[in-house]
Amino acid sequence: MSSIAFQHVSKTFPNSTHAAVNDCTFEVDSGSFVVLLGPSGCGKTTLLKMVNRLLEPTAGEIFLDGKNIRALEATQLRRRIGYVIQQVGLFPHLTVAQNIAVVPELLGWERARIDARIDGLLELVELKPEYYRARYPAQLSGGQQQRVGLARALAADPQVLLMDEPFGAIDAITRASLQDEMLRLKNTIHKTILFVTHDVDEALRLADKIVVLRAGRIVQYDTPYHLLTAPANEFVRELVGADDMVRQLSLLRVEHVMAPLPKNFVLNGTPTILQQDDLRNALSKLLQSGASALAVLDETKPVGVLSLEQIRASAKRA
Amino acid sequence: MVLIEAYNYLLSRGDEIWVALGQHLLLVGVALGIGIVLCVPLGVLTSRSRAASLAIINMANALRVVPSLAILFLAIPYFGLSFTSSALALTVLALPPILINTDAAFRTIEPPLKEAALGMGMTARQVLWRIEFPLALPVIVAGIRIATVEVIASATLAAFIGGGGLGIYITRGFALFDTSILLVGAISVALLALTAEILLGGLERFVRTPYG
Repeated sequence: MSSIAFQHVSKTFPNSTHAAVNDCTFEVDSGSFVVLLGPSGCGKTTLLKMVNRLLEPTAGEIFLDGKNIRALEATQLRRRIGYVIQQVGLFPHLTVAQNIAVVPELLGWERARIDARIDGLLELVELKPEYYRARYPAQLSGGQQQRVGLARALAADPQVLLMDEPFGAIDAITRASLQDEMLRLKNTIHKTILFVTHDVDEALRLADKIVVLRAGRIVQYDTPYHLLTAPANEFVRELVGADDMVRQLSLLRVEHVMAPLPKNFVLNGTPTILQQDDLRNALSKLLQSGASALAVLDETKPVGVLSLEQIRASAKRA
Repeated sequence: MVLIEAYNYLLSRGDEIWVALGQHLLLVGVALGIGIVLCVPLGVLTSRSRAASLAIINMANALRVVPSLAILFLAIPYFGLSFTSSALALTVLALPPILINTDAAFRTIEPPLKEAALGMGMTARQVLWRIEFPLALPVIVAGIRIATVEVIASATLAAFIGGGGLGIYITRGFALFDTSILLVGAISVALLALTAEILLGGLERFVRTPYG
């Protein structure tokens, strides 16, 4: 896995008087999911595109695993970084399989290895290979196209994924299911992910940490929990809707407020909830079951407990 | 009645029609060959720059307005009454549709597609050959199809200045005031143009992305 470090990165476009990105310094930990959030024109996409050098900063440096990305050849760097954009990014004249094969082919993989990889990735994003391999992008729904886009970005097993409003043009219901998919994948693929969105709910649901941007500057870089409970200023407070408690509960994930698993914990009929589930669901489960606490699971085994006190405490701090 | 006379005339001249057809195809082939080699790369270049595109497309459109016959006579002082003069005039005719379509084809490729290709680590050359060119091809072929039909029809003019081709029947029919001879030329040229239209139309569909 790879960490990304931004040091005093600025970008001013030619023929522009103000900086699109202004002196941004922050670090993305290896394996974490960081969302760049802000209104349109805040510089989030510009910041993202500087990581794979589609844009070059006018000042400052970006480091990938401690190495200045300017020391690498742009094409070599890009082949190591997965890149997902809105669904137009699929090549319409190539089949699903050919789209996924692009980067492995650029890297000169053998045919058999590429074929196996295509099948594996399609299964990962829950599209049946035998059914979808030979299809063209225009034959797929928006949600399916985006799954293929994700599979394509993962093709050469990059350590870093850049995602630029990947769910931006997708209807709300499909969007929610893709977000669930993203949460599930996040725990299985172990990538460092940098994700751009202007959708606050999406950011709060998906992110480990969020960079809130405004007019090219970082306003706050923090976990969703802290953004909601300790917004840096009025702008952030309003952006994330920190005053609306029910909304908060539906956006905070169980894993952020759960207590560690007590020693000698036995499941023994305790109601359970998944760690990526939200607090609103947890609350209704607690009330329904009448139990004093829920056991928190990561797919299979218990990893923590969640009681009413913890939910109340998380809301209080807001 | 005239048709039967035309048919009989055709038979009476033995192999002449095949020689004329050969010359006709050669004229068309040379004009299109030069047109493609010149205009496809030029169209790629102009599509990259708004200013260059405007200038060159307007020039191409201006060329379209000049009648082929005029170019034919303008070429005579330099190349004489010959195949070369005819081929030159026809080439001028073939340029605009190929150039204009190539320019439009490359210009209308969505920028995010190119950016995705670059972002995945393709070199500019790979983006051109693997992404842009296949996507542009159907529109380029459409331009070639339009040029081909125009050139096939206009190549009959070559006979006026001794360039040969199927036009010889038309000039001869005209001179002898014989409609049946004139029809031999007119019908064969029409059939040739129709065949080209069908074949190139098929090619256009073949290179088009399925479900695109």
